[in-house]
Amino acid sequence: VAPPSGKTEVPQAAPVAVFKLTADFRDDKDPNKVNLGVGAYRTDEGQPWVLPVVRKVEKIIADDHSLNHEYLPILGLPEFRSSSSKIALGEDSPAILENRVGAVQCLGGTGALKIGAEFLHRWHNGQDNTKTPVYVSAPTWENHNAVFANAGFEDVRPYKYWDAEKRGLDLSGFLSDLESAPEHSIFVLHACAHNPTGTDPSQDEWKQVAEVMKRRNLFVFFDSAYQGFASGCLDKDAWAVRYFVSQGFEIFCAQSFSKNFGLYNERVGNLTIVAKDNENLTRVLSQMEKIVRITWSNPPSQGARLVSITLNDPELFAEWKDNVKTMADRVLLMRAQLKAKLQALGTPGTWEHITEQIGMFSFTGLNPQQVQYMVKQKHIYLMASGRINMCGLTTKNIDYVAESIHEAVTTVQ
Amino acid sequence: MLPLKPADRASSRGTYHGCSCPFCCSSWWSEVQMGPPDPILGVTEAFKRDTNPKKINLGVGAYRDDQGKPYVLNCVRKAEAQIATKKLDKEYLTIGGLAEFNKACAQLALGPDNEVLKSGRSITVQTISGTGSLRVGANFLSRFHTVAKDVYLPKPSWGNHTPIFRDAGMQLKAYSYYDPKTCGFDFKGALDDILKIPEKSVIMLHACAHNPTGVDPRPEQWKEISALVKKRNLLVFFDMAYQGFASGDIDRDAWAVRYFIEQGHNVVLSQSFAKNMGLYGERVGGFTVVCKDAEEAKRVESQLKILIRPIYSNPPMNGARIASTILNTPELYKEWLVEVKDMATRIIRMREELVGNLKKEGSTLNWQHVTDQIGMFCFTGLKPDQVERLTKEFSVYMTKDGRISMAGVTSGNVGYLAHGIHTVTK
Repeated sequence: VAPPSGKTEVPQAAPVAVFKLTADFRDDKDPNKVNLGVGAYRTDEGQPWVLPVVRKVEKIIADDHSLNHEYLPILGLPEFRSSSSKIALGEDSPAILENRVGAVQCLGGTGALKIGAEFLHRWHNGQDNTKTPVYVSAPTWENHNAVFANAGFEDVRPYKYWDAEKRGLDLSGFLSDLESAPEHSIFVLHACAHNPTGTDPSQDEWKQVAEVMKRRNLFVFFDSAYQGFASGCLDKDAWAVRYFVSQGFEIFCAQSFSKNFGLYNERVGNLTIVAKDNENLTRVLSQMEKIVRITWSNPPSQGARLVSITLNDPELFAEWKDNVKTMADRVLLMRAQLKAKLQALGTPGTWEHITEQIGMFSFTGLNPQQVQYMVKQKHIYLMASGRINMCGLTTKNIDYVAESIHEAVTTVQ
Repeated sequence: MLPLKPADRASSRGTYHGCSCPFCCSSWWSEVQMGPPDPILGVTEAFKRDTNPKKINLGVGAYRDDQGKPYVLNCVRKAEAQIATKKLDKEYLTIGGLAEFNKACAQLALGPDNEVLKSGRSITVQTISGTGSLRVGANFLSRFHTVAKDVYLPKPSWGNHTPIFRDAGMQLKAYSYYDPKTCGFDFKGALDDILKIPEKSVIMLHACAHNPTGVDPRPEQWKEISALVKKRNLLVFFDMAYQGFASGDIDRDAWAVRYFIEQGHNVVLSQSFAKNMGLYGERVGGFTVVCKDAEEAKRVESQLKILIRPIYSNPPMNGARIASTILNTPELYKEWLVEVKDMATRIIRMREELVGNLKKEGSTLNWQHVTDQIGMFCFTGLKPDQVERLTKEFSVYMTKDGRISMAGVTSGNVGYLAHGIHTVTK
């Protein structure tokens, strides 16, 4: 029977670049292949790492027969939400003590950005707003654009951030874009370990950013996907978020536990909301509920339970921080070694940025042709932007990678 | 929602006056209105606050055993134990989710020998349970089914259908479905309304165990609906959240979906495993698009990924892994079928006991619809003021439309419930 037509022609969409990269890597038969693409932690054996504390807590959950699979509340597991916000803001945060911090458990950092974006579209700067500019860093995580565009914002624009020439932060460009942004514009700030550049503002630079944002009445939306991964210390990595809160800003902070808990596929995220007071917060949360209900109704329980049990038990919490430091330290080691090897090879250019940059990623500075060379000739998979995931480096492959970078830089223009 | 005047906006924004104290400057959110509690989930919130020891929660559709306790299926526990031994990693799933789950999910709905599956002309993506599936589906239709913007829901339908489709940019319309005079299916009304639906519009059909009424068409009626829908050239969106829960038999409950596909409808389908596997909070669901061929299915898949990525990137593993293990392990699958049947059977028994107890109370009203209706819910026919009394005087919690979740009825509370219902209706 010929099916009746009811659908318009659906065109083939381009695949998401970072996942295509991993797919190509998987299909590559070369024994020397290296995956420096998607941002997931790897051990020195090049393997995924389930944190020891996670295995422990999984067992705790499995052995607790009083637990079931009932629906969580719309906004998520209460103990998860509050303990997660504490991680971002600090346990002694005045804002928390003043009862003006709330949260929405979301599906990963993406989900937190999504719910935040949907809320802003409905309630920020008027109602059902499509025109307020949303500023994302140049460059930024590619999905930022889609999240805000799909939430209805027609004007998603870049703010200057990465200075390709000096391979560092373009502070004056950043500040000038803040100055010229229309009032009430939304700025997506990377809390630490900027993706993809690995370049964060210094404390003094953050202070300058904050000063302009306050004066120009700009909305602060932090994306915090790597807390703990930047320096190895949770509090240090949360400095910027906490500074803004201490300056009286009302903020959104999208937190992800994908990387720092290694819980990638359980989709554990938290949208922390700091409001002026509890009354405003309550109304905001009530509207967040409406948005969640028509998106996923209520969030998944397993990952939130894992994180919540860990954060709320002093011993497990200490063990987790230790696991995070293990990951961060390996990344720092790989950074140091890669730089040393490139310098030893005499690879042209300066490679200070490899150790100056922070977090999982490094913006190598390789141009698209050089990247192509790496991928096609050397079977080393990295993003077209030149971004590499430091976690993909191991003591076994680092020589090969360093030599390949050397070849790319010296033979490919 | 009234538009804000520019002057109001400026003042409410709290122009910075040089002070960093959060108490001086007003909030970004001064104009945010307080949202009303969710009509369905809000019932449970109210129930929790009630201190009456006799309270009964007949609000949200979550299965309870005869002690009124949440029930974790044995096959789920076994699957979890099996999964734990494998010490799997936690790497991201692909945007479309766990492949073994998607395949089994489609097979469960369509039957393993379905021509659609053999020819590869469908695509199934893992979604955040039924809601997530409907949302992805609504977004997909809004973006790609541009020939028509209207979605026709049965009157009544699940309360969350309307805001989901509306937010996705579709327009909501309705076709007659429930006959309050008979507390049954308004077959003639449905056909009359469907006849008038403009070509290419989307029509939402509850595959089985209609929510909230519990009223399902009989097979002969489904056949006529199918023929009419085909004549009107409508796009069918099946919502199947209760496969297994209606009759206790998963094939019987999927009959309408399979029949429509056989008749040539290229349907879209939302499935939930919240109820039939008791995986509520794990958020396990699927969204399927039946296409004209495998090539179209590939194109559709690529676009579904583009829709999903900016919402949550990729779906959660835990629940899908459990469901997949059950569906793909023969002994567990067999055990699951028995447990689903047991849950459905208990509900059917509670329907009978409720009617029996109402008669015992001396009610002279016709309660036949309680046993005629099927699935988790019963549309009692109670009016809003009667519902309010039932809640206030008896601490029986249900939605204002008179819907009760039979899953919340137990042999321990059915007598009290009958007494309450009789009191407010006599």
